[in-house]
Amino acid sequence: MSAAKSSVIPGFGPTLGFTLFYLGLVVLIPLAALLLRAAGLGWGQFVDAAFSARVLAAYRLSFGGALLAAAANVGAGLLVAWVLVRYEFPGRKLVDALVDLPFALPTAVAGIALTAIYAPNGPLGRLLLQAGIKVAFTPLGVVVAMVFIGFPFVVRTVQPVLQDLEVEHEEAAVSLGANRLQVFGRVILPAILPALLTGFALAFARALGEYGSVIFIAGNMPGLSEIAPLLIVTKLEQYDYAGATAIAAVMLVAAFTLLLLINTLQKWRHARLHGG
Amino acid sequence: MAVAAVAVAGSQRHRALSEPRWVRWLLTGLALATFGLFLLLPLLTVFGEALAKGVSSYWAALSDEDALAAVRLTLLVAGITVPLNVVFGVIAAWCVAKFDFAGKSVLISLIDLPFSVSPVISGLIYVLLFGLQGLLGPWLAALGIKIIFAVPGLVLATLFVTFPYVARELIPLMEEQGTEEEEAAVVLGASGWRVFWRVTLPNIKWGLLYGVLLCNARAMGEFGAVSVVSGHIRGQTTTMPLQVEILYNEYNFVAAFAIASVLAMLALVTLAVKSALEWRFSKEIAGMGH
Repeated sequence: MSAAKSSVIPGFGPTLGFTLFYLGLVVLIPLAALLLRAAGLGWGQFVDAAFSARVLAAYRLSFGGALLAAAANVGAGLLVAWVLVRYEFPGRKLVDALVDLPFALPTAVAGIALTAIYAPNGPLGRLLLQAGIKVAFTPLGVVVAMVFIGFPFVVRTVQPVLQDLEVEHEEAAVSLGANRLQVFGRVILPAILPALLTGFALAFARALGEYGSVIFIAGNMPGLSEIAPLLIVTKLEQYDYAGATAIAAVMLVAAFTLLLLINTLQKWRHARLHGG
Repeated sequence: MAVAAVAVAGSQRHRALSEPRWVRWLLTGLALATFGLFLLLPLLTVFGEALAKGVSSYWAALSDEDALAAVRLTLLVAGITVPLNVVFGVIAAWCVAKFDFAGKSVLISLIDLPFSVSPVISGLIYVLLFGLQGLLGPWLAALGIKIIFAVPGLVLATLFVTFPYVARELIPLMEEQGTEEEEAAVVLGASGWRVFWRVTLPNIKWGLLYGVLLCNARAMGEFGAVSVVSGHIRGQTTTMPLQVEILYNEYNFVAAFAIASVLAMLALVTLAVKSALEWRFSKEIAGMGH
Protein backbone atom coordinates (compact mmCIF):
# COMPACT_ATOMS: atom_id res chain seq x y z
CA MET A 1 0.00 0.00 0.00
CA SER A 2 2.77 2.42 0.92
CA ALA A 3 4.49 1.95 -2.40
CA ALA A 4 1.18 2.54 -4.15
CA LYS A 5 0.73 5.81 -2.32
CA SER A 6 4.20 7.05 -3.13
CA SER A 7 3.72 6.37 -6.84
CA VAL A 8 2.86 9.39 -8.98
CA ILE A 9 0.82 7.21 -11.35
CA PRO A 10 -2.87 7.72 -10.71
CA GLY A 11 -5.62 5.15 -10.53
CA PHE A 12 -4.55 2.64 -7.88
CA GLY A 13 -7.72 2.84 -5.81
CA PRO A 14 -10.29 2.69 -8.63
CA THR A 15 -8.50 -0.06 -10.60
CA LEU A 16 -7.99 -2.25 -7.53
CA GLY A 17 -11.59 -1.68 -6.52
CA PHE A 18 -12.94 -2.61 -9.94
CA THR A 19 -10.64 -5.63 -10.24
CA LEU A 20 -11.78 -7.02 -6.88
CA PHE A 21 -15.45 -6.26 -7.63
CA TYR A 22 -15.42 -8.00 -11.02
CA LEU A 23 -13.32 -10.91 -9.76
CA GLY A 24 -15.71 -11.39 -6.86
CA LEU A 25 -18.82 -11.17 -9.01
CA VAL A 26 -17.74 -13.44 -11.86
CA VAL A 27 -15.38 -15.91 -10.17
CA LEU A 28 -15.22 -15.92 -6.39
CA ILE A 29 -18.88 -15.67 -5.36
CA PRO A 30 -20.07 -18.39 -7.79
CA LEU A 31 -17.23 -20.71 -6.72
CA ALA A 32 -17.91 -20.01 -3.06
CA ALA A 33 -21.60 -20.79 -3.63
CA LEU A 34 -20.63 -24.24 -4.90
CA LEU A 35 -18.40 -25.01 -1.92
CA LEU A 36 -21.03 -23.64 0.47
CA ARG A 37 -23.68 -25.86 -1.05
CA ALA A 38 -21.36 -28.88 -0.81
CA ALA A 39 -20.69 -28.05 2.84
CA GLY A 40 -24.44 -27.80 3.45
CA LEU A 41 -25.01 -31.37 2.30
CA GLY A 42 -24.00 -32.93 5.59
CA TRP A 43 -21.26 -35.52 5.90
CA GLY A 44 -23.31 -38.67 5.28
CA GLN A 45 -25.05 -37.32 2.21
CA PHE A 46 -21.80 -35.89 0.85
CA VAL A 47 -19.94 -39.20 1.17
CA ASP A 48 -22.84 -41.12 -0.37
CA ALA A 49 -22.97 -38.76 -3.34
CA ALA A 50 -19.25 -38.17 -3.86
CA PHE A 51 -17.94 -41.70 -3.24
CA SER A 52 -20.51 -44.18 -4.55
CA ALA A 53 -19.20 -47.09 -6.64
CA ARG A 54 -20.15 -45.44 -9.94
CA VAL A 55 -18.51 -42.14 -8.95
CA LEU A 56 -15.36 -43.89 -7.74
CA ALA A 57 -15.06 -45.63 -11.11
CA ALA A 58 -15.38 -42.24 -12.80
CA TYR A 59 -12.62 -40.75 -10.62
CA ARG A 60 -10.42 -43.74 -11.40
CA LEU A 61 -10.86 -43.18 -15.13
CA SER A 62 -10.45 -39.38 -14.92
CA PHE A 63 -7.35 -39.46 -12.71
CA GLY A 64 -5.82 -42.59 -14.25
CA GLY A 65 -6.48 -41.47 -17.80
CA ALA A 66 -5.12 -37.99 -17.13
CA LEU A 67 -2.00 -39.50 -15.55
CA LEU A 68 -1.34 -41.78 -18.55
CA ALA A 69 -2.06 -38.98 -21.02
CA ALA A 70 0.23 -36.52 -19.23
CA ALA A 71 3.01 -39.14 -19.14
CA ALA A 72 2.58 -39.77 -22.87
CA ASN A 73 2.70 -36.02 -23.44
CA VAL A 74 6.01 -35.75 -21.59
CA GLY A 75 7.56 -38.11 -24.15
CA ALA A 76 5.84 -36.67 -27.20
CA GLY A 77 6.26 -33.07 -26.03
CA LEU A 78 9.97 -33.45 -25.29
CA LEU A 79 10.52 -35.07 -28.69
CA VAL A 80 8.68 -32.34 -30.58
CA ALA A 81 10.25 -29.50 -28.57
CA TRP A 82 13.72 -31.00 -29.10
CA VAL A 83 13.29 -31.34 -32.85
CA LEU A 84 11.79 -27.85 -33.16
CA VAL A 85 14.65 -26.22 -31.25
CA ARG A 86 17.64 -28.25 -32.35
CA TYR A 87 17.03 -29.35 -35.93
CA GLU A 88 16.28 -27.61 -39.21
CA PHE A 89 13.74 -29.22 -41.50
CA PRO A 90 11.22 -28.00 -44.06
CA GLY A 91 7.90 -27.00 -42.50
CA ARG A 92 9.41 -26.34 -39.08
CA LYS A 93 7.59 -23.04 -38.65
CA LEU A 94 4.30 -24.59 -39.69
CA VAL A 95 4.70 -27.39 -37.16
CA ASP A 96 5.65 -24.85 -34.51
CA ALA A 97 2.51 -22.80 -35.19
CA LEU A 98 0.18 -25.81 -35.29
CA VAL A 99 1.42 -27.21 -31.96
CA ASP A 100 -1.13 -24.90 -30.30
CA LEU A 101 -4.02 -26.36 -32.32
CA PRO A 102 -5.52 -28.20 -29.31
CA PHE A 103 -5.71 -24.85 -27.48
CA ALA A 104 -7.41 -23.13 -30.41
CA LEU A 105 -9.69 -25.87 -31.73
CA PRO A 106 -13.04 -26.02 -29.88
CA THR A 107 -13.17 -29.18 -27.79
CA ALA A 108 -16.40 -30.45 -29.37
CA VAL A 109 -14.75 -30.24 -32.81
CA ALA A 110 -11.74 -32.18 -31.56
CA GLY A 111 -14.06 -34.71 -29.96
CA ILE A 112 -16.05 -35.58 -33.08
CA ALA A 113 -12.91 -35.57 -35.27
CA LEU A 114 -11.08 -38.00 -32.97
CA THR A 115 -14.16 -40.21 -32.83
CA ALA A 116 -14.38 -40.29 -36.64
CA ILE A 117 -10.70 -41.30 -36.82
CA TYR A 118 -10.75 -44.01 -34.15
CA ALA A 119 -14.28 -45.41 -34.60
CA PRO A 120 -14.35 -49.04 -35.84
CA ASN A 121 -15.11 -47.76 -39.37
CA GLY A 122 -12.65 -44.83 -39.18
CA PRO A 123 -9.29 -44.76 -40.99
CA LEU A 124 -7.15 -45.57 -37.94
CA GLY A 125 -9.86 -47.37 -35.99
CA ARG A 126 -10.20 -49.98 -38.72
CA LEU A 127 -6.45 -50.64 -38.80
CA LEU A 128 -6.17 -50.86 -35.03
CA LEU A 129 -9.18 -53.14 -34.83
CA GLN A 130 -7.43 -55.61 -37.13
CA ALA A 131 -4.61 -55.64 -34.59
CA GLY A 132 -7.22 -56.34 -31.93
CA ILE A 133 -7.09 -52.86 -30.38
CA LYS A 134 -10.36 -51.06 -29.80
CA VAL A 135 -9.90 -47.33 -29.18
CA ALA A 136 -13.19 -45.48 -29.61
CA PHE A 137 -15.86 -46.12 -26.97
CA THR A 138 -13.32 -47.63 -24.54
CA PRO A 139 -11.12 -46.13 -21.76
CA LEU A 140 -8.28 -46.08 -24.31
CA GLY A 141 -10.29 -43.59 -26.37
CA VAL A 142 -10.56 -41.38 -23.30
CA VAL A 143 -6.76 -41.39 -22.98
CA VAL A 144 -6.32 -40.59 -26.70
CA ALA A 145 -8.56 -37.51 -26.36
CA MET A 146 -6.69 -36.46 -23.22
CA VAL A 147 -3.35 -36.77 -25.02
CA PHE A 148 -4.65 -34.53 -27.79
CA ILE A 149 -5.96 -31.86 -25.45
CA GLY A 150 -2.75 -31.76 -23.35
CA PHE A 151 -0.30 -31.96 -26.22
CA PRO A 152 0.88 -28.30 -26.33
CA PHE A 153 1.71 -27.97 -22.63
CA VAL A 154 5.01 -29.90 -22.44
CA VAL A 155 6.19 -28.55 -25.81
CA ARG A 156 5.53 -24.97 -24.74
CA THR A 157 7.15 -25.29 -21.30
CA VAL A 158 10.25 -27.16 -22.51
CA GLN A 159 10.85 -25.25 -25.77
CA PRO A 160 12.00 -21.90 -24.25
CA VAL A 161 14.28 -23.65 -21.75
CA LEU A 162 15.94 -25.68 -24.51
CA GLN A 163 16.36 -22.51 -26.53
CA ASP A 164 18.06 -20.65 -23.67
CA LEU A 165 20.31 -23.56 -22.73
CA GLU A 166 23.91 -22.43 -23.00
CA VAL A 167 26.07 -24.50 -25.32
CA GLU A 168 29.09 -23.88 -23.05
CA HIS A 169 27.78 -26.38 -20.49
CA GLU A 170 27.50 -29.06 -23.15
CA GLU A 171 30.94 -28.14 -24.51
CA ALA A 172 32.44 -28.42 -21.05
CA ALA A 173 30.88 -31.86 -20.59
CA VAL A 174 32.19 -33.00 -23.98
CA SER A 175 35.70 -31.71 -23.27
CA LEU A 176 35.62 -33.68 -20.03
CA GLY A 177 34.96 -36.80 -22.10
CA ALA A 178 31.19 -37.20 -21.93
CA ASN A 179 29.42 -38.83 -24.86
CA ARG A 180 26.17 -37.52 -26.32
CA LEU A 181 23.89 -39.65 -24.14
CA GLN A 182 25.77 -38.67 -21.01
CA VAL A 183 25.51 -35.01 -21.99
CA PHE A 184 21.77 -35.43 -22.41
CA GLY A 185 21.31 -37.32 -19.15
CA ARG A 186 23.65 -35.28 -17.00
CA VAL A 187 23.52 -31.77 -18.47
CA ILE A 188 20.41 -31.23 -20.56
CA LEU A 189 17.85 -33.33 -18.68
CA PRO A 190 18.50 -31.75 -15.26
CA ALA A 191 18.17 -28.30 -16.83
CA ILE A 192 14.80 -29.03 -18.44
CA LEU A 193 13.43 -31.20 -15.61
CA PRO A 194 11.46 -28.40 -13.86
CA ALA A 195 9.91 -27.42 -17.20
CA LEU A 196 9.05 -31.06 -17.96
CA LEU A 197 7.38 -31.46 -14.56
CA THR A 198 5.45 -28.21 -14.99
CA GLY A 199 4.28 -29.32 -18.42
CA PHE A 200 3.28 -32.71 -17.00
CA ALA A 201 1.26 -31.08 -14.20
CA LEU A 202 -0.44 -28.63 -16.59
CA ALA A 203 -1.35 -31.43 -19.02
CA PHE A 204 -2.62 -33.56 -16.14
CA ALA A 205 -4.77 -30.73 -14.75
CA ARG A 206 -6.24 -29.99 -18.16
CA ALA A 207 -7.04 -33.64 -18.89
CA LEU A 208 -8.63 -34.10 -15.46
CA GLY A 209 -11.31 -31.48 -16.06
CA GLU A 210 -11.68 -32.04 -19.80
CA TYR A 211 -15.18 -32.69 -21.10
CA GLY A 212 -15.87 -31.75 -24.73
CA SER A 213 -13.17 -33.70 -26.50
CA VAL A 214 -13.63 -36.80 -24.33
CA ILE A 215 -17.37 -37.44 -24.24
CA PHE A 216 -17.77 -38.25 -27.94
CA ILE A 217 -15.01 -40.85 -28.10
CA ALA A 218 -15.59 -42.29 -24.63
CA GLY A 219 -18.85 -44.17 -25.21
CA ASN A 220 -19.78 -43.12 -21.67
CA MET A 221 -20.67 -46.51 -20.22
CA PRO A 222 -21.28 -46.13 -16.46
CA GLY A 223 -18.49 -47.68 -14.42
CA LEU A 224 -16.35 -48.30 -17.49
CA SER A 225 -15.79 -45.31 -19.76
CA GLU A 226 -17.58 -42.53 -17.89
CA ILE A 227 -15.43 -39.57 -16.77
CA ALA A 228 -16.15 -37.54 -13.64
CA PRO A 229 -17.09 -34.27 -15.43
CA LEU A 230 -19.67 -36.19 -17.50
CA LEU A 231 -21.12 -37.68 -14.32
CA ILE A 232 -21.63 -34.13 -13.00
CA VAL A 233 -23.63 -33.30 -16.13
CA THR A 234 -25.62 -36.55 -15.88
CA LYS A 235 -26.56 -35.87 -12.25
CA LEU A 236 -27.56 -32.34 -13.16
CA GLU A 237 -29.79 -33.59 -15.97
CA GLN A 238 -31.52 -35.87 -13.44
CA TYR A 239 -32.02 -32.82 -11.17
CA ASP A 240 -29.73 -34.50 -8.60
CA TYR A 241 -28.14 -31.20 -7.55
CA ALA A 242 -26.63 -32.69 -4.38
CA GLY A 243 -24.90 -35.43 -6.37
CA ALA A 244 -23.54 -32.99 -8.95
CA THR A 245 -22.35 -30.58 -6.27
CA ALA A 246 -20.55 -33.26 -4.25
CA ILE A 247 -18.59 -34.60 -7.26
CA ALA A 248 -17.82 -31.05 -8.40
CA ALA A 249 -16.49 -30.15 -4.95
CA VAL A 250 -14.11 -33.15 -5.00
CA MET A 251 -12.90 -32.25 -8.50
CA LEU A 252 -12.51 -28.60 -7.53
CA VAL A 253 -10.36 -29.45 -4.50
CA ALA A 254 -8.20 -31.69 -6.73
CA ALA A 255 -7.84 -28.87 -9.27
CA PHE A 256 -6.84 -26.30 -6.63
CA THR A 257 -4.28 -28.70 -5.13
CA LEU A 258 -2.80 -29.12 -8.59
CA LEU A 259 -2.77 -25.35 -9.09
CA LEU A 260 -0.76 -24.94 -5.88
CA LEU A 261 1.66 -27.63 -7.04
CA ILE A 262 2.06 -25.97 -10.44
CA ASN A 263 2.72 -22.58 -8.84
CA THR A 264 5.40 -24.13 -6.65
CA LEU A 265 6.96 -25.85 -9.67
CA GLN A 266 6.96 -22.59 -11.60
CA LYS A 267 8.71 -20.78 -8.75
CA TRP A 268 11.33 -23.53 -8.72
CA ARG A 269 11.72 -23.20 -12.48
CA HIS A 270 12.02 -19.44 -12.19
CA ALA A 271 14.67 -19.76 -9.51
CA ARG A 272 16.59 -22.18 -11.73
CA LEU A 273 16.36 -19.86 -14.75
CA HIS A 274 17.43 -16.73 -12.95
CA GLY A 275 19.93 -18.33 -10.61
CA GLY A 276 17.94 -17.10 -7.58
CA MET B 1 48.70 -27.32 -40.45
CA ALA B 2 47.63 -25.56 -37.28
CA VAL B 3 44.66 -24.05 -39.05
CA ALA B 4 43.63 -27.46 -40.38
CA ALA B 5 43.96 -29.00 -36.93
CA VAL B 6 41.77 -26.29 -35.43
CA ALA B 7 39.21 -26.82 -38.17
CA VAL B 8 39.15 -30.58 -37.55
CA ALA B 9 38.88 -30.05 -33.81
CA GLY B 10 36.08 -27.57 -34.46
CA SER B 11 34.08 -29.94 -36.59
CA GLN B 12 34.65 -32.75 -34.10
CA ARG B 13 33.43 -30.50 -31.34
CA HIS B 14 30.44 -29.59 -33.42
CA ARG B 15 29.73 -33.25 -34.02
CA ALA B 16 30.03 -34.02 -30.34
CA LEU B 17 27.43 -31.33 -29.61
CA SER B 18 24.91 -32.80 -31.97
CA GLU B 19 23.58 -36.25 -32.69
CA PRO B 20 24.71 -38.51 -35.55
CA ARG B 21 22.75 -37.87 -38.73
CA TRP B 22 20.66 -41.05 -38.50
CA VAL B 23 19.56 -40.12 -34.98
CA ARG B 24 18.58 -36.63 -36.16
CA TRP B 25 16.55 -38.10 -39.01
CA LEU B 26 14.93 -40.67 -36.76
CA LEU B 27 13.93 -38.08 -34.16
CA THR B 28 12.65 -35.64 -36.78
CA GLY B 29 10.68 -38.43 -38.43
CA LEU B 30 9.17 -39.53 -35.12
CA ALA B 31 8.27 -35.95 -34.22
CA LEU B 32 6.64 -35.37 -37.60
CA ALA B 33 4.75 -38.66 -37.31
CA THR B 34 3.47 -37.65 -33.87
CA PHE B 35 2.51 -34.26 -35.23
CA GLY B 36 0.76 -35.76 -38.24
CA LEU B 37 -1.10 -38.40 -36.29
CA PHE B 38 -2.21 -36.32 -33.33
CA LEU B 39 -2.64 -32.82 -34.75
CA LEU B 40 -2.84 -32.82 -38.54
CA LEU B 41 -5.07 -35.88 -38.97
CA PRO B 42 -7.89 -34.59 -36.71
CA LEU B 43 -7.78 -31.23 -38.48
CA LEU B 44 -7.96 -32.79 -41.95
CA THR B 45 -10.70 -35.17 -40.80
CA VAL B 46 -12.95 -32.22 -39.92
CA PHE B 47 -12.80 -30.88 -43.47
CA GLY B 48 -12.87 -34.33 -45.08
CA GLU B 49 -16.03 -35.39 -43.23
CA ALA B 50 -17.69 -32.01 -43.84
CA LEU B 51 -17.23 -32.40 -47.60
CA ALA B 52 -17.86 -36.17 -47.65
CA LYS B 53 -21.19 -35.77 -49.47
CA GLY B 54 -20.11 -32.95 -51.74
CA VAL B 55 -20.07 -29.19 -51.68
CA SER B 56 -23.83 -28.79 -52.09
CA SER B 57 -24.67 -30.69 -48.89
CA TYR B 58 -21.92 -28.75 -47.16
CA TRP B 59 -23.55 -25.45 -48.15
CA ALA B 60 -27.00 -26.75 -47.35
CA ALA B 61 -25.84 -27.64 -43.82
CA LEU B 62 -24.32 -24.21 -43.33
CA SER B 63 -27.33 -22.30 -44.62
CA ASP B 64 -29.76 -24.26 -42.45
CA GLU B 65 -31.84 -21.94 -40.28
CA ASP B 66 -30.77 -23.49 -36.96
CA ALA B 67 -27.14 -23.33 -38.04
CA LEU B 68 -27.45 -19.64 -38.83
CA ALA B 69 -29.19 -19.03 -35.50
CA ALA B 70 -26.27 -20.80 -33.79
CA VAL B 71 -23.78 -18.58 -35.63
CA ARG B 72 -25.71 -15.45 -34.59
CA LEU B 73 -25.88 -16.59 -30.95
CA THR B 74 -22.15 -17.42 -30.89
CA LEU B 75 -21.33 -13.96 -32.26
CA LEU B 76 -23.66 -12.35 -29.73
CA VAL B 77 -22.14 -14.20 -26.75
CA ALA B 78 -18.57 -13.45 -27.87
CA GLY B 79 -19.59 -9.87 -28.65
CA ILE B 80 -20.67 -9.35 -25.05
CA THR B 81 -18.05 -11.36 -23.17
CA VAL B 82 -14.88 -10.38 -25.02
CA PRO B 83 -15.28 -6.57 -24.56
CA LEU B 84 -16.17 -7.05 -20.88
CA ASN B 85 -13.08 -9.18 -20.27
CA VAL B 86 -10.92 -6.75 -22.26
CA VAL B 87 -12.01 -3.87 -20.02
CA PHE B 88 -11.40 -6.01 -16.94
CA GLY B 89 -8.05 -7.28 -18.28
CA VAL B 90 -6.69 -3.80 -18.95
CA ILE B 91 -7.85 -2.43 -15.58
CA ALA B 92 -6.56 -5.44 -13.65
CA ALA B 93 -3.22 -5.30 -15.47
CA TRP B 94 -2.87 -1.58 -14.72
CA CYS B 95 -3.53 -2.22 -11.05
CA VAL B 96 -1.23 -5.23 -10.74
CA ALA B 97 1.62 -4.09 -13.00
CA LYS B 98 1.91 -0.41 -12.15
CA PHE B 99 1.63 -0.60 -8.36
CA ASP B 100 3.13 -2.57 -5.50
CA PHE B 101 0.82 -3.72 -2.78
CA ALA B 102 0.39 -6.50 -0.23
CA GLY B 103 -1.36 -9.59 -1.55
CA LYS B 104 -0.46 -8.95 -5.18
CA SER B 105 0.64 -12.51 -5.92
CA VAL B 106 -2.55 -13.85 -4.33
CA LEU B 107 -4.56 -11.55 -6.60
CA ILE B 108 -2.70 -12.83 -9.68
CA SER B 109 -3.38 -16.44 -8.64
CA LEU B 110 -7.07 -15.66 -8.16
CA ILE B 111 -7.26 -14.10 -11.63
CA ASP B 112 -5.81 -17.35 -13.04
CA LEU B 113 -8.28 -19.50 -11.12
CA PRO B 114 -10.82 -20.12 -13.95
CA PHE B 115 -8.04 -21.79 -16.00
CA SER B 116 -7.89 -24.67 -13.54
CA VAL B 117 -11.63 -25.20 -13.09
CA SER B 118 -13.27 -27.90 -15.22
CA PRO B 119 -15.55 -26.33 -17.86
CA VAL B 120 -18.44 -28.38 -16.54
CA ILE B 121 -17.98 -26.91 -13.06
CA SER B 122 -17.77 -23.41 -14.60
CA GLY B 123 -21.32 -23.93 -15.83
CA LEU B 124 -22.54 -25.74 -12.73
CA ILE B 125 -21.71 -22.84 -10.37
CA TYR B 126 -24.16 -20.60 -12.23
CA VAL B 127 -26.85 -23.29 -12.22
CA LEU B 128 -26.44 -23.53 -8.44
CA LEU B 129 -26.79 -19.75 -8.16
CA PHE B 130 -29.47 -18.90 -10.71
CA GLY B 131 -31.18 -22.22 -11.58
CA LEU B 132 -34.72 -22.99 -10.42
CA GLN B 133 -33.37 -24.95 -7.44
CA GLY B 134 -30.55 -22.47 -7.07
CA LEU B 135 -29.80 -19.93 -4.35
CA LEU B 136 -31.43 -17.01 -6.17
CA GLY B 137 -33.68 -19.17 -8.38
CA PRO B 138 -37.06 -18.68 -6.65
CA TRP B 139 -36.49 -14.95 -6.36
CA LEU B 140 -35.55 -14.63 -10.06
CA ALA B 141 -38.53 -16.77 -11.05
CA ALA B 142 -40.85 -14.44 -9.11
CA LEU B 143 -39.41 -11.51 -11.01
CA GLY B 144 -39.78 -13.39 -14.30
CA ILE B 145 -36.05 -13.28 -15.06
CA LYS B 146 -34.58 -16.32 -16.80
CA ILE B 147 -30.81 -16.78 -16.65
CA ILE B 148 -30.24 -20.53 -16.82
CA PHE B 149 -31.40 -22.20 -20.08
CA ALA B 150 -31.33 -18.70 -21.61
CA VAL B 151 -28.83 -16.33 -23.18
CA PRO B 152 -27.70 -14.62 -19.91
CA GLY B 153 -26.52 -18.01 -18.60
CA LEU B 154 -24.49 -18.61 -21.75
CA VAL B 155 -22.91 -15.16 -21.35
CA LEU B 156 -22.06 -15.73 -17.67
CA ALA B 157 -20.53 -19.18 -18.25
CA THR B 158 -18.46 -17.85 -21.16
CA LEU B 159 -17.44 -14.82 -19.12
CA PHE B 160 -16.08 -17.17 -16.45
CA VAL B 161 -14.02 -19.42 -18.73
CA THR B 162 -12.53 -16.52 -20.73
CA PHE B 163 -11.99 -14.35 -17.64
CA PRO B 164 -8.15 -14.62 -17.34
CA TYR B 165 -7.08 -14.44 -21.00
CA VAL B 166 -6.53 -10.68 -21.49
CA ALA B 167 -5.29 -9.94 -17.97
CA ARG B 168 -2.92 -12.91 -18.13
CA GLU B 169 -1.37 -11.62 -21.34
CA LEU B 170 -1.07 -7.98 -20.22
CA ILE B 171 0.23 -8.38 -16.64
CA PRO B 172 3.71 -9.79 -17.45
CA LEU B 173 4.05 -7.44 -20.43
CA MET B 174 3.21 -4.30 -18.43
CA GLU B 175 5.37 -5.45 -15.50
CA GLU B 176 8.30 -5.79 -17.88
CA GLN B 177 7.73 -2.33 -19.33
CA GLY B 178 7.88 -0.74 -15.89
CA THR B 179 6.44 2.62 -14.92
CA GLU B 180 9.07 5.13 -16.05
CA GLU B 181 7.33 6.31 -19.20
CA GLU B 182 4.04 6.77 -17.38
CA GLU B 183 5.77 8.60 -14.52
CA ALA B 184 7.46 10.96 -16.97
CA ALA B 185 4.11 11.71 -18.62
CA VAL B 186 2.46 12.40 -15.25
CA VAL B 187 5.31 14.68 -14.18
CA LEU B 188 4.89 16.58 -17.45
CA GLY B 189 1.28 17.20 -16.48
CA ALA B 190 -0.70 14.54 -18.35
CA SER B 191 -3.90 13.26 -16.79
CA GLY B 192 -4.33 9.56 -15.98
CA TRP B 193 -6.54 8.99 -19.03
CA ARG B 194 -4.12 10.77 -21.32
CA VAL B 195 -1.23 8.70 -19.97
CA PHE B 196 -3.16 5.53 -20.66
CA TRP B 197 -4.21 6.42 -24.22
CA ARG B 198 -0.97 8.08 -25.31
CA VAL B 199 1.74 6.14 -23.44
CA THR B 200 0.50 2.80 -22.13
CA LEU B 201 -1.87 1.70 -24.88
CA PRO B 202 0.62 2.16 -27.76
CA ASN B 203 3.10 0.06 -25.77
CA ILE B 204 0.72 -2.81 -25.13
CA LYS B 205 -1.33 -2.83 -28.33
CA TRP B 206 0.14 -6.00 -29.83
CA GLY B 207 -0.01 -7.87 -26.54
CA LEU B 208 -3.60 -6.70 -26.13
CA LEU B 209 -4.51 -7.92 -29.62
CA TYR B 210 -2.89 -11.27 -28.80
CA GLY B 211 -4.95 -11.57 -25.62
CA VAL B 212 -8.18 -10.56 -27.38
CA LEU B 213 -7.54 -13.17 -30.06
CA LEU B 214 -7.13 -16.02 -27.57
CA CYS B 215 -10.07 -14.78 -25.50
CA ASN B 216 -12.30 -14.66 -28.59
CA ALA B 217 -11.28 -18.13 -29.79
CA ARG B 218 -12.20 -19.60 -26.42
CA ALA B 219 -15.44 -17.60 -26.19
CA MET B 220 -16.65 -18.83 -29.58
CA GLY B 221 -15.49 -22.40 -29.08
CA GLU B 222 -16.45 -23.04 -25.46
CA PHE B 223 -18.46 -26.22 -25.08
CA GLY B 224 -18.55 -27.75 -21.59
CA ALA B 225 -19.53 -24.67 -19.60
CA VAL B 226 -22.23 -23.47 -22.00
CA SER B 227 -23.51 -27.01 -22.43
CA VAL B 228 -24.46 -27.11 -18.74
CA VAL B 229 -26.38 -23.81 -18.74
CA SER B 230 -27.86 -23.94 -22.25
CA GLY B 231 -30.76 -26.37 -22.02
CA HIS B 232 -30.11 -27.14 -25.71
CA ILE B 233 -33.15 -25.36 -27.12
CA ARG B 234 -32.70 -25.50 -30.90
CA GLY B 235 -32.50 -22.16 -32.61
CA GLN B 236 -32.57 -20.35 -29.25
CA THR B 237 -29.86 -21.41 -26.81
CA THR B 238 -27.51 -23.48 -28.96
CA THR B 239 -24.19 -21.89 -29.83
CA MET B 240 -22.14 -23.36 -32.70
CA PRO B 241 -20.29 -25.98 -30.60
CA LEU B 242 -23.60 -27.08 -29.05
CA GLN B 243 -25.20 -27.29 -32.50
CA VAL B 244 -22.30 -29.55 -33.53
CA GLU B 245 -23.14 -31.87 -30.63
CA ILE B 246 -26.88 -31.95 -31.39
CA LEU B 247 -26.32 -32.76 -35.08
CA TYR B 248 -23.69 -35.38 -34.28
CA ASN B 249 -25.96 -37.14 -31.80
CA GLU B 250 -28.66 -37.20 -34.50
CA TYR B 251 -26.15 -38.98 -36.79
CA ASN B 252 -26.24 -36.00 -39.14
CA PHE B 253 -22.46 -36.18 -39.54
CA VAL B 254 -22.10 -33.98 -42.63
CA ALA B 255 -23.97 -31.11 -40.98
CA ALA B 256 -22.10 -31.57 -37.68
CA PHE B 257 -18.72 -31.50 -39.41
CA ALA B 258 -19.80 -28.60 -41.64
CA ILE B 259 -20.33 -26.37 -38.61
CA ALA B 260 -17.24 -27.87 -37.00
CA SER B 261 -15.26 -26.87 -40.12
CA VAL B 262 -16.25 -23.22 -39.62
CA LEU B 263 -15.00 -23.42 -36.03
CA ALA B 264 -11.81 -25.13 -37.23
CA MET B 265 -11.23 -22.29 -39.70
CA LEU B 266 -11.65 -19.83 -36.86
CA ALA B 267 -8.99 -21.79 -34.94
CA LEU B 268 -6.65 -21.72 -37.95
CA VAL B 269 -7.09 -17.98 -38.44
CA THR B 270 -6.44 -17.48 -34.72
CA LEU B 271 -3.24 -19.53 -34.92
CA ALA B 272 -2.09 -17.74 -38.09
CA VAL B 273 -2.54 -14.25 -36.63
CA LYS B 274 -1.02 -15.42 -33.34
CA SER B 275 2.08 -16.78 -35.10
CA ALA B 276 2.39 -13.63 -37.21
CA LEU B 277 2.25 -11.51 -34.06
CA GLU B 278 4.84 -13.72 -32.34
CA TRP B 279 7.26 -13.50 -35.26
CA ARG B 280 6.92 -9.75 -35.75
CA PHE B 281 6.42 -8.46 -32.25
CA SER B 282 7.85 -11.14 -29.98
CA LYS B 283 9.30 -8.49 -27.67
CA GLU B 284 5.96 -6.72 -27.36
CA ILE B 285 4.06 -9.84 -26.39
CA ALA B 286 4.71 -11.36 -23.01
CA GLY B 287 4.14 -14.81 -21.58
CA MET B 288 4.17 -16.49 -24.96
CA GLY B 289 2.90 -20.04 -24.71
CA HIS B 290 2.61 -19.44 -20.94
